[in-house]
Amino acid sequence: MKLSHALPLATLAVAVSAAAHAQEITVATVNNNDMVIMQSLTDEFEQAHPGITLNWVVLEENVLRQRLTTDIATGGGQFDVMTIGTYEAPIWAERGWLVPLDDLPDEYQVDDLLRPVRDGLSHDGTLHALPFYGESSMLYYRTDLFEEHGIEMPEQPSWDEVYEWAGQIHDPDNRLYGICLRGKPGWGENMAFVSTLVNTFGGRWFDEDWNPELNSPEWQAAISFYVDLMNNYGPPGASSNGFNENQALFSSGRCGMWIDATSAAGRIYDPRESDVAEVLGFSQAPVAETPKGSHWLWSWALAIPASSEEQDAAKQFVTWATSQEYIELVGETEGWTSVPPGTRASTYEDERYIEAAPFASFVLEAMQNADPTDSTLKPSPYTGVQFVGIPEFQAIGTQVGQSIAAALTGQMPVEQALESAQRSAERAMRQAGYYD
Amino acid sequence: MRTRASGRTVGGLRSLSLQAPAVTLLLIWMLIPLGMTLWFSFQRYNLMMPGMEQFAGLENYEYLLSDPALWRAMGNTLVLVGSVLAISVIGGTLLAVLYQQEFFGRGVARVLAISPFFIMPTVSALIWQNMMMHPVNGVLAWFLGLFGLPAIDWFSSFPLLSIIIIVAWQWLPFALLILLTAMQSLDDDQVEAARMDGAGPLAVFFFITLPHLKRAISVVIMIQMIFLLTIFAEIYVTTSGGPGLATTNLAYLIYIRALLEFDVGGASAGGVIAIILANIVAIFLIRMVAKNLED
Repeated sequence: MKLSHALPLATLAVAVSAAAHAQEITVATVNNNDMVIMQSLTDEFEQAHPGITLNWVVLEENVLRQRLTTDIATGGGQFDVMTIGTYEAPIWAERGWLVPLDDLPDEYQVDDLLRPVRDGLSHDGTLHALPFYGESSMLYYRTDLFEEHGIEMPEQPSWDEVYEWAGQIHDPDNRLYGICLRGKPGWGENMAFVSTLVNTFGGRWFDEDWNPELNSPEWQAAISFYVDLMNNYGPPGASSNGFNENQALFSSGRCGMWIDATSAAGRIYDPRESDVAEVLGFSQAPVAETPKGSHWLWSWALAIPASSEEQDAAKQFVTWATSQEYIELVGETEGWTSVPPGTRASTYEDERYIEAAPFASFVLEAMQNADPTDSTLKPSPYTGVQFVGIPEFQAIGTQVGQSIAAALTGQMPVEQALESAQRSAERAMRQAGYYD
Repeated sequence: MRTRASGRTVGGLRSLSLQAPAVTLLLIWMLIPLGMTLWFSFQRYNLMMPGMEQFAGLENYEYLLSDPALWRAMGNTLVLVGSVLAISVIGGTLLAVLYQQEFFGRGVARVLAISPFFIMPTVSALIWQNMMMHPVNGVLAWFLGLFGLPAIDWFSSFPLLSIIIIVAWQWLPFALLILLTAMQSLDDDQVEAARMDGAGPLAVFFFITLPHLKRAISVVIMIQMIFLLTIFAEIYVTTSGGPGLATTNLAYLIYIRALLEFDVGGASAGGVIAIILANIVAIFLIRMVAKNLED
């Protein structure tokens, strides 16, 4: 072969390898508002990182979890970035499914990440996922209704007070309901809320030897209270209301009170999205016997599966989407109430955010007060406030959630529902080999 | 080797070699998934716990058969299949007779009556959940309100009935379609002769129409049974199998085990039980239908 022929060939080869170097990464995420904003900023990322293109898979929470778990457990390698939560991160990290994120660049400022959020996403002290947004839970209420009935909201209400107020506000003839709470079965739906209720009534999921305690007096008291409250002063069809349904009900003015994730605050406070933005009041989640575990701690985070072939590009993306720079970008383009909350201390020092979101310091405090390692009155062997950090919990939480929904609709008396929940939890734990 | 009256041999090496590709394909198509399901059903295999896979013997079956959820799911499956079949066969027959009559706009009415069958299950479930049965926004609640009655919270007060209504709404048109076609092959002369002999409409229906529809009805029962045993989308969209286990059928139970609990072993055992149940049903069904078709 003559040299004159070889040269163009060589340049062609270089061009081909450069084209092959253009990396495409597939990001799997939830269809929550904050993630939809992230998707809409694709162009910004691609301009700042030439050579990387993003490919999105956006799914509803339950479907996403199924897809991700089956993919990662079978080593499928479909995704380069996965959106997971505080529950999955440590469990998956322990199995070696996630790329450890211990070599982050200085400008990322790891120390700026809120401590409880960071701990929740770490395994053996190493971060395995970067927090995209974080949340606790709190009580939202309508100040106009509270004024009308002459109710004064204390700093931290008790559940008895909430019950009484719900009764005063409740006006079903005008399609106004005293209180909206989650009822849709699922460990991430009704059980997230119910777990915090049980915590504050002094109950726990397991005793120190991993025996389930779902038929304990504390659970009985908490669930009876919940069923009473919802049947008397809740909206009809509560057993099919999850986070999104309740958010729609509350922001269209149908609920007097609502206890749910702090991450909803930005949307409810936005007059474009909500009819009650002007009259929104908030307070800490109510307390019964103990303040411990009365509000939850959760964060959605971005992780890189070990099966990804584009780990470098994926790392560039996850550090970009969870950086201060990204928060700044969202604030500038979407408005400061749309900023992903609950991940960085610097967000809560930013005057622009504090001014736009009056609930900011409140959310920060709630998040810092939630302690996943000490969330129950009696000691418990598990971590997690509104979940139990063991792989078996998905199965147990799903089954118990079904039983609680049955009690809520009156298909089963509370006592019987809890007995059946207890039995299914015992079966699951025995099958998993916790005891004989 | 048997010999037919024509003198040609049946079977034999040549015809076997001609059948072989089709049979082999069918075996691969059927046996590999079945074999894998059987294999997994004897394994302790949970996606969340890799490295723990081991032979579990009958453990998955033990846990499944001692699980009250399984019996509830089987009962729900039978109630669901039975009532939808009853509604669609009885309703379908009556409607077929009705739509066979001459009346103004019959063509349009027929198309409208049959159209629910062409709607995707998820879509029809969403429409029923949010626009028909919703206790606050639904048409049914509004309708009851006209009479001053309180709204019914369908999916929590009557969960299984709600599912039956939705599924029947979808499958009744299918029965109607088949039965209407059968009605069209009914000999008018026969009916006319019966009329002249003094038979009233009821007698015509019971002694001429119904016997004529017998084959079509057994075809409807067989085809619907096959699809109704695996109803999933309607349950998934509206009640997620609940409240409690009120609307969990066998298909949904397997889904819960496989994709909510990631218990591959337990789900496979459920799959094997579903196969056995389907086969028991099929044996009776095929005998019944075959007998009907031979007559």
